[in-house]
Amino acid sequence: MTEIIVVTSGKGGVGKTTTSASLACGLARRGKKVAVIDFDIGLRNLDLIMGCERRVVYDFVNVIQGECTLKQALIKDKRLETLYVLAASQTRDKDALSSEGVRKVFDELTADGFEYIVCDSPAGIEKGAHLAMYFADRAVVVVNPEVSSVRDSDRILGLLSSKTQRAEQGNGQVKEHLLLTRYSPKRVATGEMMSVGDVKEILGLDVVGVVPESVDVLAASNAGVPVILNDNSDVSRAYEDAVARLLGETVPLRFIDEPKKGFFARIFGG
Amino acid sequence: MGLLALFRRSPPSAHVAKERLRIIVQQERNSRNGAPDYLPLLRRELLEVIRKYVNVDPAAVQINVEREDGQEVLEFSVALPEKAR
Repeated sequence: MTEIIVVTSGKGGVGKTTTSASLACGLARRGKKVAVIDFDIGLRNLDLIMGCERRVVYDFVNVIQGECTLKQALIKDKRLETLYVLAASQTRDKDALSSEGVRKVFDELTADGFEYIVCDSPAGIEKGAHLAMYFADRAVVVVNPEVSSVRDSDRILGLLSSKTQRAEQGNGQVKEHLLLTRYSPKRVATGEMMSVGDVKEILGLDVVGVVPESVDVLAASNAGVPVILNDNSDVSRAYEDAVARLLGETVPLRFIDEPKKGFFARIFGG
Repeated sequence: MGLLALFRRSPPSAHVAKERLRIIVQQERNSRNGAPDYLPLLRRELLEVIRKYVNVDPAAVQINVEREDGQEVLEFSVALPEKAR
């Protein structure tokens, strides 16, 4: 069985690509056969985050337009045996994607034994975002604990419940999950940032992950190594937990409370 | 929070964010879910009537349609200014 997961948000810059890359790596690390696909036609970036930008020969649009085979366009990850990347086209306009074309690619991936297809959605609610979510079984909605991100993600929830194949065919709902990024337990503790509970309550979603704000995310994108592969980072642990929850395991939330400080830290701040 | 932070005052803003979002998200969900399209006009006209008597702020008028057990409830709330005229 192939499961199609869309990573989406509405708002840009909240961590969709970082999340797509890390979830795909996390699933592949557990032996799953995974394809991660960049739907941001014209603004491809997943290849950079995955560190395979120099190995892109053919892209998603080439496959859809029959200019190459799917096998030629899939880039095999150098670190994980069962992980493949399909880059977005950098040159074409976003109308180059069609739902029929996307369906064919997904069918071929299914026939090839892929267990997960992770779709990295572009920001916005235009065609690319629509096609990224259209065939999804599940959606990971990436949200920053900040007003515009929360509002935009609610808009996306509306689209997930009306503009997807499942919704149109009355074939059950797309299963929706909330993934909070750039979470700062310290600022939550001082009342400057909405908490996991606040966002969860407003959106009415189950929480699949809470990723703390961290310098490790930028370091990972600088290096082209998905942050989940940095085993020393709390961000990696948070994404590992999210992968476990996606696979149906029950894992308590971590990194949502401010770390306990020692006596001196409390007196002098830090 | 260290000792120095006690002298730095930054009012906690998260609850304001949450309250604003709760209202706007609810409104946007209502309009998506086919709430009657006369609501904005109804809201505007009610606001005009109320303003003949009390000078309320436009943001103080909330109007919502909620569905409970097959019944539709039109919910209308006006927060009066602290010192009504």
